[in-house]
Amino acid sequence: MWTKLIKLSFVPNFFHRSFMKNNSLHQVASQVRRDIVRMVAAVNSGHPGGSLGCADFFTYLYFEAMSHNPKLFQMDGIGEDLFFLSNGHISPVWYSVLARSGYFPTSELASFRKIGSKLQGHPSTDKKLPGIRMASGSLGQGLSVGVGAAQVKKLNRDKSIVYTLHGDGELQEGQIWEAAMYAAANKVDNIIATIDYNGRQIDGDVEQVLSLGDLKGKWQAFGWEVFEMNGNNFESIRSTMQQAREICGKHKPIVVIMRTEMGQGVDYMMGSHKWHGVAPNAEQLQLALDQLEETLGDY
Amino acid sequence: MEIEVLGQKDTRSGFGEGLAELGRINSDVVALCADLTGSLKMDAFQKENPERFFQVGIAEANMIGLAAGMTIGGKIPYTGTFANFSTGRVYDQIRQSVAYSGKNVKICASHAGLTLGEDGATHQILEDIGMMRMLPNMTVIVPADFNQTKQATIAIANHNGPVYLRFGRPVMPIFVKPDATFTIGKADVLQEGTDVTIIACGHLVWKSIEACKVLAEKGISVELINMHTIKPLDEQAILSSLRKTKCVVTAEEHMRHGGLGDAVAQVLARELPSPQEYVAVNDSFGESGTPMELMTKYGIDTIHIVEAVQKVMARKA
Repeated sequence: MWTKLIKLSFVPNFFHRSFMKNNSLHQVASQVRRDIVRMVAAVNSGHPGGSLGCADFFTYLYFEAMSHNPKLFQMDGIGEDLFFLSNGHISPVWYSVLARSGYFPTSELASFRKIGSKLQGHPSTDKKLPGIRMASGSLGQGLSVGVGAAQVKKLNRDKSIVYTLHGDGELQEGQIWEAAMYAAANKVDNIIATIDYNGRQIDGDVEQVLSLGDLKGKWQAFGWEVFEMNGNNFESIRSTMQQAREICGKHKPIVVIMRTEMGQGVDYMMGSHKWHGVAPNAEQLQLALDQLEETLGDY
Repeated sequence: MEIEVLGQKDTRSGFGEGLAELGRINSDVVALCADLTGSLKMDAFQKENPERFFQVGIAEANMIGLAAGMTIGGKIPYTGTFANFSTGRVYDQIRQSVAYSGKNVKICASHAGLTLGEDGATHQILEDIGMMRMLPNMTVIVPADFNQTKQATIAIANHNGPVYLRFGRPVMPIFVKPDATFTIGKADVLQEGTDVTIIACGHLVWKSIEACKVLAEKGISVELINMHTIKPLDEQAILSSLRKTKCVVTAEEHMRHGGLGDAVAQVLARELPSPQEYVAVNDSFGESGTPMELMTKYGIDTIHIVEAVQKVMARKA
């Protein structure tokens, strides 16, 4: 496998930088939110709440932060930043951002959750959708996966980094804390884990269902460097994630606790857990689309 | 019976030697262990390749996830712990992050079955073959002795996909030649015969060899098959033998449900309905005791194979 270490010749972010000249992250995120509500409405299933809340973060990650190669997806991702979605149920936002950044045609978004589609309800690798490296959906597994991938990057002398995203409710899974303990003990310092801290889960508020307590203190006690940011504000996301990247390589794993609003961008979906996993009907869809500007053309 | 005994060793030591050998010949192989390095005989690999050995502590779910992640970037991870903690404890992690995701992880499971002995039923998993063979994409291998375990450990590195490799603790006779070639999915016919077929895996292959000697004295001609790969199953070997003998005994250190016996029965029900007797644990947990005491008490010893052969032959039309 050492032969694969030859530097790849693609130019990271070139496509995105030229693209972004004419399109602000705001515009991309607005289109991503349109994609999300249209995708779930079309099949009357899926998870719009968390997807909408994370649309800004995904847009930042794929259109500004990550060094990656959408035009030539390679499972091994040598020399590329990797992203693992641990809370796989917010697949709509990931699929939209993957398509909008060039991994596959946006027309494929219309197949979401339909039989034979590469866009499974929860992300999978078996249908070979470019951009997906690991199935997720059963919660709590993605941090272990990300840490393993990060350790192999070190073995391979690969300087790129690994990002993961987790739901806040997902932190109730014990495996997360096994991985957290392991990463700190082994000084895995090329991973930035992020938490979608929207405070909601299926049965209600996280605080009511099973409180996470002092979440920042927990991660610190596990030996992680902790950042906090507003996941629905691009300035906050950009400055915090830049700081996080700057301390990669300093012998500690990094976690970013990201405050978001479930349903962000669609007024009637905000302020409640009720839209975690419920699709809007035709009338509700129109209400949502009226609030979200079509910037890049609907799929 | 011309099967020569070449020595006495535990199959887990075969795994340890195979892994150490892999460490020397394949720089992509990495190993993870959940606080059982000595029990799994992974010390040699650890000592020779400290940068490729990952001690994960008592956290098996994390170990499976780490291993799945380590395949991304081209590594071939071997995970090591007891069979119980390699399967039942982490079934969902294997299901989603390894099998469904199609990752090249080798799940290496020691101390399988009753022959773990004195630790008792909490550690004596008898359901693991069933759980693993139900998973799409999973290859399931139960080698028969020290040499075969070593050969299988090395061979699975060249198979791109998830593998479950099951071995054990007790010292048992070695009878597979040290220079034999291990081929996944290709059964070994240890003895040809015409009256009955015995299909066995793991430690029960040796017990079947012993049974063959007893049966020979009774004038019964046994065809003995070492079915080291439970999935993919060598259906042709089963069918060509059963066309000749017309009855079969399956023998395994596993629950009757879901193991080798069921795998063989499915083939026969579909292709060649034939009388079959199971030598396996009958819907029961184990208990503390010596390995040999337990094999006798739970009906998976030599005598039980002999009795099953006589019973199944009586059922032949």
